[in-house]
This record gives sequence, C-alpha cells and structure tokens, in this order.
Amino acid sequence: MSQGILVFVEERGGSLRKASLEALSEAGRRIGSVGGEVTAVLIGSAVKGLAGQLGKFGAAKVIVVENGALDKYSTEAFTQALSEAVKKTSPKYVFAAYTSMAKDFIPRVAARLDAPCVSDVMEFVVDGANLCPVRPMYSGKTFGTYEIKASLSFITLRPNVFALAEGSGDAAVEDLSVEFAAPKAKVTEVHASEGAKVELSEASIVVSGGRGIKGPENWPVLQSLCDALGAALGASRAVVDSGWIDHQFQVGQTGKTVSPQLYIACGISGAIQHLAGMSSSKVIVAINKDPEAPIFKHATYGIVGDVLEVVPKLTEAVRKLREHN
Amino acid sequence: MKIAVCVKAVPDTEAKIAIADGKKNIDFNGVRFITSPYDEFAIEEALKLKEKLGGDTTVISMGGNECTDVLRDSLARGIDNAVHLNDADFAGLDTLSTAKVLAAAIKDGGYEIVFVGQQGVGGDNSQVPAMLAELLGFAQTTMVVKFECDGTTFKAEREIEGAHEFVEGTLPAVISAQKGLNEPRYPGIKGVMAARRKEIAVKDAGALGVKGQVGGDKLQVTIKEMALPPERPQGRKIEGDTDSAVSELVNLLRSEAHVL
Ligand SMILES: Cc1cc2nc3c(=O)[nH]c(=O)nc-3n(C[C@H](O)[C@H](O)[C@H](O)COP(=O)(O)OP(=O)(O)OC[C@H]3O[C@@H](n4cnc5c(N)ncnc54)[C@H](O)[C@@H]3O)c2cc1C
Ligand SMILES: Nc1ncnc2c1ncn2[C@@H]1O[C@H](COP(=O)(O)O)[C@@H](O)[C@H]1O
Repeated sequence: MSQGILVFVEERGGSLRKASLEALSEAGRRIGSVGGEVTAVLIGSAVKGLAGQLGKFGAAKVIVVENGALDKYSTEAFTQALSEAVKKTSPKYVFAAYTSMAKDFIPRVAARLDAPCVSDVMEFVVDGANLCPVRPMYSGKTFGTYEIKASLSFITLRPNVFALAEGSGDAAVEDLSVEFAAPKAKVTEVHASEGAKVELSEASIVVSGGRGIKGPENWPVLQSLCDALGAALGASRAVVDSGWIDHQFQVGQTGKTVSPQLYIACGISGAIQHLAGMSSSKVIVAINKDPEAPIFKHATYGIVGDVLEVVPKLTEAVRKLREHN
Repeated sequence: MKIAVCVKAVPDTEAKIAIADGKKNIDFNGVRFITSPYDEFAIEEALKLKEKLGGDTTVISMGGNECTDVLRDSLARGIDNAVHLNDADFAGLDTLSTAKVLAAAIKDGGYEIVFVGQQGVGGDNSQVPAMLAELLGFAQTTMVVKFECDGTTFKAEREIEGAHEFVEGTLPAVISAQKGLNEPRYPGIKGVMAARRKEIAVKDAGALGVKGQVGGDKLQVTIKEMALPPERPQGRKIEGDTDSAVSELVNLLRSEAHVL
C-alpha cells in the first residue's frame, strides 16, 4: 500500500503561493488517516532558500529541484521534475493548489504516471485510509464526492478554502537533481497585468461590478471601496463583453472562480453563470436596486439601492472603521 | 496542415440541474446539450488557422447520442470532417481515460495541431488538454488568449494570475482555448444545410484499439455521491435609508460575520 502525501508548492517571483501553503496545511491535517508523511516539493531556479519555512506548514521533508533550466516556466520541465519527485517518494496522493500553473502541468504528470487526477476540490470525506474529494460541478449546482481506486492520484485544491495551519515544525531538506531535456514549448516572457492590484483568485475580499454600475467611468467608485478594504476588483461577464473592463477581472463560469471571505456584488443580477464563480464565498453582500434580483437569494446581507449611492457611503464607513482600529 | 478540434457536448449552462435516482449523476432527462463554450473558441481558432495556412480540419467528440448535434454544429461553422467516438465503455469515463480515447483517435492521423477548450463546462475538470498532450508526446500551451502559427512553430499568450505568459514552441502541439482568444462565428443557413449532408464517422473502442483499456473495471475514479450544494443560511435584507443601511451592514460584517 502506498502512503504519504506529496505537495507541490508553487513559487512565483521569489515567494510561495498562499494557496500552496493551504494545500500543504490540509495535507498535514489528513496525513493521520492516510499514513506515511507529508513531503513538499519545490521546483524552480532559485527556490532552496524558501524550503526552510515549509516545516511550519506541516512538511516533514522538502524535496528541492533547483536548476537554471527552470528559470522560466515550461510545462515539460516542470512535468519532468514533479514526476521524478513522485517516483522518489511513491506517495498515495499528490496535492497542489488549483492555480493556472497547476492546471497546466499537474494533469500532464498524472498522465505520464498513468494516475487519475481530481481538480478544484473543496473538501475531503475520509473513508479509512482513503480520501474522497468533494468538488463542485455543473456551475456549483451540485457537489460530487469522488471515490478513487488508484494507488497514486493527483488532487488539486481550490485556493482560499482550506485553512492555513502554522505550527513550529522543522523539515529536512533534500536535493533532487534532474537532467532536463530541451522543452518543445517554453515561456519566453512574463508581463504583469495592468490594473490588477490584488490577485482576484486569491483575494480574501472581492468587490465586483456588473451592468448596474452604469458605465466604465464608474470603476473608480468601486476601486475606492477595494482600496479601503484591501480587496480585489471583479466583474460580471456583461461588463466584460461590453468592453468596460478586461476579461482577467471576470468572475463566473467563463471567468475566474473565487472563494473569498467576503464578496460584494455591486449591480450584478446573480445569473447562474456568475454564481458559478463566487457562490463558495463565505459571506456575500449584494447591492442592487431591484429587490427581486436573484443575487439576493444567495446573499448573506443585501441592500436594495443604487450602487453609485451606496458604495461611496460604504467606502466612507469602512475607512472610518479602519482608522479607528 | 491537418488540424483536429476536440469538442465536448455538455448540458446547456441554463439547464435546471436535478440529481438522478441513485445519486451518482445528474438527471439528463430533458437536458439540452450544447458545445462546451470554450470549445467554440477552439473551433474558431482551427478555422482561422486553416484560412491562413490551408489544410484540413476534423472535429472529434467522445460520448453518446448527445454528440451528434454538437458535431453537426461544428460542421456547420465550416469544419471539414467529424468523428464521433461512441461506445458503451465510454460512459462515465474519468479524465485520463477520456484523454486516452481521444489520443487513440488522434495519434495516427498525422495531425500537427489539436485545439481543445481550456475546460469542459459542467465537469469543469480542466485536465484533458494536458493529459492529451502528454499521451501524444506533443508540446502544449493551455488557457491561450492569443495564438500565432507559421506551420512549424507557434507563439501563444496565456493568462495566469496577475500576468500574461508568452510561450514559444514547435509543432505538433495541443492548444487549449481561453475566452478572449477570438470571436467565434456562428453557423449560417448555408453551413447548416451543408452540414446535414455531411457524414459523421463513428468509431467504437474496438476500432480505436482501446477495447478493455477504459471503462468497466478499469474505471479509477467514480462519483460516489452527488448532492446539492450546502445550503446557505437565509440571507438578510437590510432596510432603511442608505446611511443607516450602510452603517448596519458594516456592523454586521464586523460583529456577526467577522470579516472586517
Ligand atoms: C455560456 C455562458 C457563460 C457565461 N459566463 C459568465 C461568467 O463567467 N460570468 C458572468 O458574470 N456571467 C456569465 N454569463 C452571463 C450571465 O448569464 C449574465 O448575463 C451576466 O452575469 C449578467 O451580468 P450583470 O449581472 O452585470 O448584468 P444584468 O443581468 O444586466 O444585471 C444588472 C443588474 O444591475 C442592477 N442595477 C441596474 N442599475 C442599478 C443601479 N443603479 N444600482 C444598483 N443596481 C442596479 C439590475 O437590477 C440588475 O440586477 C454567461 C452566460 C453564458 C450563456
Ligand atoms: N468527451 C470529450 N470529447 C471531446 N473532447 C473532450 C471530451 N472531454 C473533454 N474534451 C476536450 O477537453 C477540453 C477540456 O475538458 P476537461 O478536461 O474535461 O475540462 C474540452 O474543452 C474539450 O476540448
């Protein structure tokens, strides 16, 4: 019987992704049932220095694949590196945060090792030593609990859903050297997006605007609320399609999925495709002038009113609150 | 240039979703199937590439009868050939097995590029593209919002968290389409009429050489139980004039919900 959980921890621009640390924390909580130990794996050109902090999040061991060839992301090189780490540790489960990097290469590793993969998991049901991942399907209209028969499987975890567990452990760090073949495709450049101050899919507060904000000239009204709250800005598809804002801000079935602590929907009707991207938020606030808008059925708190009147007052109130604390 | 596009037939996103008896799946009774929205971008990109470089486009869909209309829709948009991968063994396949069946249909066809959607809506797995690329031994770029190809090499731009990545690679490749890649054309009357007369090739597990390799007791991942989402507690509408509603909201967010 294979044992243990291997967690891929993603590094971007010299720091570790919070969502990866959440996945690592969850592995720490589940390892008791699964058996074996939690191993973290870091892959990159300068990642070794980050290994030391992983013990605190539950790693007993950290495998480091450090190589100049990993300076820019390539699916194939990362696939090779993670495959080698899996072969070395023979875990029962491989965890990773469900990010755009994970979407790109985790299934490729799974296929290489002939192992199944379950993505965007929000919860686990424990069945003996087996983990049964639970995930939303059909735009969050249903939740499926999966049974995995394989002795090795890959599971990606939705960001912002699993709690961070910061303890005081120490992890042993081990190097793994891999000979990289020249990849058939490779990232040549990375350009930071303009406008996005806080990354949407990992933000703990999101303020989104829909057609009810009236026009693109009113984004500053929502941006001020974002600034007061330290929130990320989001949008409905209607306003993306109207060209009011770039697609990277879209929340929903054909946009990003977010699970913040607080989601504030401003002038958004609450179409099922929008709900698909945000219904797992912990607290939902709706501001809409139509008391019958479907969004109110999903909101924790709702205010019936004009967004352009309510939002500036809310921004003021939040600023005052923050000043007092 | 030979171009393949994989399209998935998925329940209409507006469909009311009910859970079937036995709680292993949704109830497909009366559900209308559509081309998965991201696959429309994949179809469009295939058509654009053929217009630029010439060649031949083939659409491939694995599934039951629901695939027929979806394949016809692709033909109506201008795709040249359609292949339906249909076998009782293909019901309820997990992503890796789906990729194996698709790879079997693609591998000896001389395809230089395979366009797929970045995610099959409904199942929302986002796995088949990378698995397919691995099984075929192709280069890949997923979640592509810009694509250029000269017949031997390609350049692609992909959207990641807070940034765009620029990728360069060599064919053959699997490219998964993200929203924003293009504006899909819709089939015109002439296309629809022509598509009706076109033949859809049907291949089963035997013809694909995957008999006994997928489905049945080879299923590695199954749904144990399907349930409705956890119920959200009844929400509260805050009444009163804007000033008092806003101050009550802030109080609730702070003292009751503990999110401020
Ligand atoms: C395949 C498919 C995929 C889709 N994917 C997505 C997706 O990813 N994300 C997404 O969001 N949508 C998606 N949609 C679109 C979705 O169905 C809705 O059309 C969209 O979400 C509506 O956006 P909206 O709420 O901004 O606009 P509307 O539906 O027009 O709603 C505007 C709301 O603003 C309110 N309002 C108007 N003026 C004011 C005011 N002054 N103050 C306060 N409130 C006001 C109105 O009462 C109304 O409720 C998808 C649709 C399809 C078919
Ligand atoms: N049954 C299928 N038939 C054809 N293509 C598929 C099938 N399942 C998935 N795909 C392709 O793979 C993409 C991603 O699907 P998924 O990994 O299931 O989210 C889809 O957008 C399709 O292009």
